[in-house]
Amino acid sequence: MAELGHFALALAGALAIAQSILPLIGARLGEVRGAALMQTGPACAGVTFLCVGIAFGALMHAYATSDFSVANVAQNSHSLKPFLYKLTGTWGNHEGSLLLWVLMLAGCSAAVAAFGNNLPAVLRADVLAVLGMIATGFLLFTLLTSNPFERVFPVPEEGRDLNPLLQDPGLAFHPPFLYAGYVGFSVAFAFACAALIEGRVDATWGRWVRPWVLAAWLLLTLGIALGSWWAYYELGWGGYWFWDPVENSSFMPWLLGTALLHSAIVVEKREALKVWTILLAILSFSMSLLGTFLVRSGVLNSVHAFAADPRRGVFILGLLVVAIGGGLALFAWRAPALQPKGFFAPISREGALVLNNVLLASACAAVAIGTLYPIFADLLLGARITVGPTFFNATFLPMMAPLVLALPVGAMLSWKRADLAGALQRLWLAAAIAAAVLVVGLFVSGLNVLPVLGLAAAAWIFCGAVIEIGGRSRWSLSRLVRLPRAAIGMTVAHIGLAVSTAGISGMGFAAEQIALLRPGETMEVSGTIIRFEGVTRAQGPNYTAERAQLEVLNPDRTVRFAMQPEKRFFPSQRMTTTEAAIHTNIMRDLYAVLGDVVPEQNAAVIRVHVNPMAPWIWIGAVVMALGGVASLSDRRHRVGAPARRRAGPVPAPAE
Amino acid sequence: MTRLALALLLFAAPALAAPDPREMLENPAQEARAREISKGLRCLVCQNQSIDDSNAELARDLRLLVRERIAAGDSDDQVLAFVTRRYGDYVLLTPPFKASTALLWVGPGLVLLAAATGAFFYLRRRPAPDSVAPLSDAERKRLAKLLDDPA
Amino acid sequence: MTARRLLFAAPLIGLAGGAAAFYAYMASGRDPRGVPSVLVGRPPPPFDLDPLFDGQPRLTKAAFTPGRPAVLNFFASWCAPCRIEHPQLLRLAREGVNLLGIAYKDRPADARRFLAELGDPFRLIGQDSTGRTAIEFGVYGVPETYFIDGSGIVRWRFAGAVTPEILDDQLRPLLRRYAS
Repeated sequence: MAELGHFALALAGALAIAQSILPLIGARLGEVRGAALMQTGPACAGVTFLCVGIAFGALMHAYATSDFSVANVAQNSHSLKPFLYKLTGTWGNHEGSLLLWVLMLAGCSAAVAAFGNNLPAVLRADVLAVLGMIATGFLLFTLLTSNPFERVFPVPEEGRDLNPLLQDPGLAFHPPFLYAGYVGFSVAFAFACAALIEGRVDATWGRWVRPWVLAAWLLLTLGIALGSWWAYYELGWGGYWFWDPVENSSFMPWLLGTALLHSAIVVEKREALKVWTILLAILSFSMSLLGTFLVRSGVLNSVHAFAADPRRGVFILGLLVVAIGGGLALFAWRAPALQPKGFFAPISREGALVLNNVLLASACAAVAIGTLYPIFADLLLGARITVGPTFFNATFLPMMAPLVLALPVGAMLSWKRADLAGALQRLWLAAAIAAAVLVVGLFVSGLNVLPVLGLAAAAWIFCGAVIEIGGRSRWSLSRLVRLPRAAIGMTVAHIGLAVSTAGISGMGFAAEQIALLRPGETMEVSGTIIRFEGVTRAQGPNYTAERAQLEVLNPDRTVRFAMQPEKRFFPSQRMTTTEAAIHTNIMRDLYAVLGDVVPEQNAAVIRVHVNPMAPWIWIGAVVMALGGVASLSDRRHRVGAPARRRAGPVPAPAE
Repeated sequence: MTRLALALLLFAAPALAAPDPREMLENPAQEARAREISKGLRCLVCQNQSIDDSNAELARDLRLLVRERIAAGDSDDQVLAFVTRRYGDYVLLTPPFKASTALLWVGPGLVLLAAATGAFFYLRRRPAPDSVAPLSDAERKRLAKLLDDPA
Repeated sequence: MTARRLLFAAPLIGLAGGAAAFYAYMASGRDPRGVPSVLVGRPPPPFDLDPLFDGQPRLTKAAFTPGRPAVLNFFASWCAPCRIEHPQLLRLAREGVNLLGIAYKDRPADARRFLAELGDPFRLIGQDSTGRTAIEFGVYGVPETYFIDGSGIVRWRFAGAVTPEILDDQLRPLLRRYAS
């Protein structure tokens, strides 16, 4: 079975090489003479996807059956592991997750092949060729340095088990979404390279590339949100974002991807910002590649990083240089020839989007500087330093402030030349509400300024979005549903941002209490009374646990509900994990953690957090993603829908 | 509604707690200082956690050390100096502003400035002069005639 | 190349620089997880520890006698890598190296049993049951090994289990260089 997987991978590698070369030649030969060669593109893409799918299935099968003759399974699995985690453990290690990457890459090529029928043949062929080159690089990397199908003799009796932190439902969904997002930006990258090769970036290019960027962006949004949520409930610190280098590696492509998304709109609508959009498309995927490099090369210090192997690091660096270098070389060579068509006044929708690009790109730079500085400082200055959350908060947040302020205003501006005063006037109610939130918040919280500012900002964005869509639909529901989905998508996504901002600000009011409690004793956090009943032992499939029984009481001391935080011990990896007990009513999370147990007194250290509005952080991200889905469903992006015979010409709405 | 308001009021109370109550200092002000300092010190055996968050033994030892120094009368700076003298700047989660970190702290601002300046000039640019071909003499004469005599 | 063309080539140039730096970093074999020792180039901190074995003198800074380089090793019975590196320490002892040991956060009986089982390469051993002396040295895990030259300056520190390669490549040259 493993050999089948290995063979399938090798076949995929050969096909990827073909996909890199044949359609490219065909595209240069032109639509007529190169038609046959260009047709090989979709064919290769489809079969490559099939082969990688078989390979991935083979690996998953090995995990499902606990086939310890496969080295990868022996190192990362265990027969007592619950079945779900056996399956998801497929991507809980370097080789398996790399295979997931490759699967996603192949999937992207196949998607372009399947849904790219509306694209001109030459463009599609070029896009597939570039995707083929990237796939070739990664397949070579997998086959040569990170083969998941290597056998081990003698076959061990038992596997070494997976890190218990990763045996969690969140893990099932976090990497697939994340990688889909990461890899999805390769399509935008390929589109940019194809446009540069052809020497043409026009409005139609902008329209074609947008759904691919939307798809990658919304998947990445969900992937990051899942990772953050998972860290929150699994790692037991009550935090949700640590500015860890690997987290930053996923955030940088997201920031640039958001800028790209907005920039592509300008290309589509006004044929301006071409150079910027192309550059952003190249850089977004470059950030994905950089992220892969940072995580797998051992160059960075992180909780998330896979085991380091310098050989792999050098290979990925080479891959990075070839891919990004190729894109940037194309850019340096061809981009100067791109001429903008639409001119616009500084105060306009385009102008606002330029501001958006500037702020998001600078924010990305801030995160990149903080993440990479320790490496460069060590190398060039011999200085060993740590760049922790304080730096990131101090540099990133101030850049978000102007963005947040400008967002509702920018969304109200018209193209080419806008009436700023008019837009501001229409937003007076939003400003008033935000100011009210600010004043009330400062008064109530006693000068806990930053979170209150965040809440005011969230109110500003939310009200601004409502006013904008209300104005556009003239407050009529029937007109609202007939608005282009892209407009609705924008509103929903911006509302999602407001919700997340509110959640993040709410966490600024989090309260915490720790106490050593004996059975029957109580503790209080922010008005909530918690009574400790005792600690019991429990048994899981591959762990033993200490479980604390906590009861949350009403003011009259009756029991409202119970919580059971645990500490689990996994004998095969000799690791202990804390399982926080979380009770949410959407407006706040009650987060309880079991600390040290003092058996002699049957007492335990209990830590309880009250996290106001914590769920909003991730609900907001889901809403943002839904906005993306809404935009994707816009009929103008109906990609790949078979061309229907129409009775007569259908007038397209002037947009 | 009143419950929400009350809850909001209570949220305002500062958090006063230590990772383990048995480590806590008696004096709440000192304990609060200890928590703040701990949040800024890196746990050296974990990756990317502060000693305040970490369950590691070394983290606990350092937490106790910090509290000892505070109780002994050290100022916040003195406590930090005590730890960095033994473990180097690496142990600080927030890098100090020194020659070696100047570019780090100033970098993001510089990038923003550069990007904003670039955007400023980009937005102010005039349309390319040759985007519209200038009128030839004959065309100009025709234009003048049309303007003077619209009929 | 005009200024405009140079501007367009800037990202590519940036990539080249970044890639070169990354490559140099990886080629240099630096370990990003390692914590560098600030003690190198400075005298060791003062300390005063109970001896592990009764009847032996206390282990203090005075053990670093002038003219006599020393190798100081922090170990513990509960530490697996310490077991792995122990034969290397025995080798050093056989070669006459002045080896001093500190039992880090260990019950004395356990530490004694550890040495009885694996061999005792140390001239003197101190007990650091609280781990406070280790903190003074900037120790963040066991095993850690320090080399102090004949004039009482720390010249080298290694965190982790010493392997024969580490000894040959790093420690022995120092022993030769600072031989009394």
